[in-house]
Amino acid sequence: MLEKKVINTRAYKQDYFPPIPTATTKFFRSCAIWQFFRFVIINLKMIKVVSKSHH
Amino acid sequence: MARVVILGAGVSGHTTASFLGKWLGKKHEIIVVSPNKNWNWIPSNIWVGVGAMQPKDVIFELEPVYKKINVNFKQAKATTIHPEGDASHAGGFVTIEYTGQGKEGTTETVEYDYLVNATGPKLNFAATEGLGPDNGHTVSVCTYGHAEHASEELAAAIERMQKGEKLKFVIGTGHGMCTCQGAAFEYIFNVEQVIREAGVRDNAEIYWLSNEYEMGDFGMGGMHIKRGGYITNGKVFTESIMAERGIKWITQAHVSKVEKGIIHYEQLDGTIGKLAFDFSMLIPPFAGVGLKAFNKAGEEITDKVFAPNGFMKVDADYTPKPYEEWRAADWPKTYQTPLYKNIFAAGIAFAPPHLISKPMQSVNGTPINPTPPRTGMPSGMIGKAVALSIRDMVNGAVEPTHTASMAEMGAACVASVGHGFFKGGAAAMTVFPVVPDFEKYPDFGRDTDLTFGEVGLAGHWIKHTLHHLFLHKAKLRPGWTLIPE
Ligand SMILES: Cc1cc2nc3c(=O)[nH]c(=O)nc-3n(C[C@H](O)[C@H](O)[C@H](O)COP(=O)(O)OP(=O)(O)OC[C@H]3O[C@@H](n4cnc5c(N)ncnc54)[C@H](O)[C@@H]3O)c2cc1C
Repeated sequence: MLEKKVINTRAYKQDYFPPIPTATTKFFRSCAIWQFFRFVIINLKMIKVVSKSHH
Repeated sequence: MARVVILGAGVSGHTTASFLGKWLGKKHEIIVVSPNKNWNWIPSNIWVGVGAMQPKDVIFELEPVYKKINVNFKQAKATTIHPEGDASHAGGFVTIEYTGQGKEGTTETVEYDYLVNATGPKLNFAATEGLGPDNGHTVSVCTYGHAEHASEELAAAIERMQKGEKLKFVIGTGHGMCTCQGAAFEYIFNVEQVIREAGVRDNAEIYWLSNEYEMGDFGMGGMHIKRGGYITNGKVFTESIMAERGIKWITQAHVSKVEKGIIHYEQLDGTIGKLAFDFSMLIPPFAGVGLKAFNKAGEEITDKVFAPNGFMKVDADYTPKPYEEWRAADWPKTYQTPLYKNIFAAGIAFAPPHLISKPMQSVNGTPINPTPPRTGMPSGMIGKAVALSIRDMVNGAVEPTHTASMAEMGAACVASVGHGFFKGGAAAMTVFPVVPDFEKYPDFGRDTDLTFGEVGLAGHWIKHTLHHLFLHKAKLRPGWTLIPE
């Protein structure tokens, strides 16, 4: 007798619609060298936000 | 000699007190009244709530710090304000009731020349039946004590899962009128991470339950971010983060009641739902702390000084108007109260002119919309602007000299998970301005260069750096004035 297999468990579920990061995106999120560079950039952005906020 | 009394020693009041102590402490009298002897870096309570930090890591005693800058600390809670004095006081005074310093329960009147109300929020668990750790069934991370209790409950839940049980976790907001979604957002990811690290992720079903119209609203009407050649609403990124971690979400929800193991909620479309849970952290709605005000004759004038939600009226435009007509200029600038020029309200204690998110009601008439957040950075900046104005007024200025409108300032928020230098992750966000200004930025209400968000290890490093920097600053250690609010 053929076994009935459920192969589509994701389609049309809530988490089927948002973007999901690819392996490359995930790699860059945790790659220390790249993140060090992003650390500097995000800090600069935050400093810009802070300096534009002070009157 | 002038006397400045500051009610509350949270992010806002402590900022005001620190600067006024430094600038005026030697010649004038600065008094801080606050019921807790400790200062708490509240954002790090999230880590206490998952057992990654202990309360001692996020607090320190205020009195020794204030001694350094000649600030007099009274461990007490203010109960009434008398801006015009009374038969026996020529000028304004507050009534306080001690909660420590060996004078517990004793009341006292404290006269002032300038008063700053920085009493923050009352955690209004009572607004939803069964909400909260004291008289209800949910935990909280809003105080370090609550967070410690939450971490114990979480550890117990993890132990049950390790024995094979399958459990449900619900994290979000506990009422249709809550703010502070950001804190719940950070907590849900920390809980998910801890469960995963414990090796029992498959035994946990995790839900985000919130009063936001769409994911990523955060009480600021959401935000738009430039990414991949598009300007995209934050909803997409927020849902992405949830989906990536296998967290389900329910939005547009007002929690009407919590019973042991069951959350009852209503949604904008009138749906009445029930959600079973084994562990739940729901943020309570905030209200003012319940200060009362009286005129010279002793008649109550609370409704003139405070808005109905208990927050203090300041120089905002409180004229009711439809969402489409809201303007950046409605938001207060100096935080001076209109009736009494020597009273200011800073941080969460001031009454916003209206929401930031669009007001919504369910088909049954229940308001379901986030109220405006006043996060750490705005609270600190408002505290400093108030300190600058009072310093100048003490020195002769007639009007406040400094402004800090939330429609002209940005905010940074980092939701970080995990431990260790290489193991963590975070969503780092900035918005500018906090309150959208559609006159200045007609498309999205904000500067799309300064409004951004990004997921990665860098945000995690930033959050840890901020934890140490802000504690260093709050302890008034060398160079504290160089660290921005
Ligand atoms: C769990 C959590 C996480 C958060 N995370 C972040 C984050 O990551 N980033 C961010 O920017 N913001 C965050 N926030 C928000 C931030 O904590 C608040 O914006 C900030 O604490 C507001 O400062 P405040 O001084 O107005 O109020 P509080 O910091 O709440 O201070 C109020 C003070 O008033 C005192 N007080 C109360 N009643 C009286 C009374 N009757 N008389 C005298 N004193 C009184 C209190 O004891 C306290 O000292 C978070 C909030 C929570 C709850």
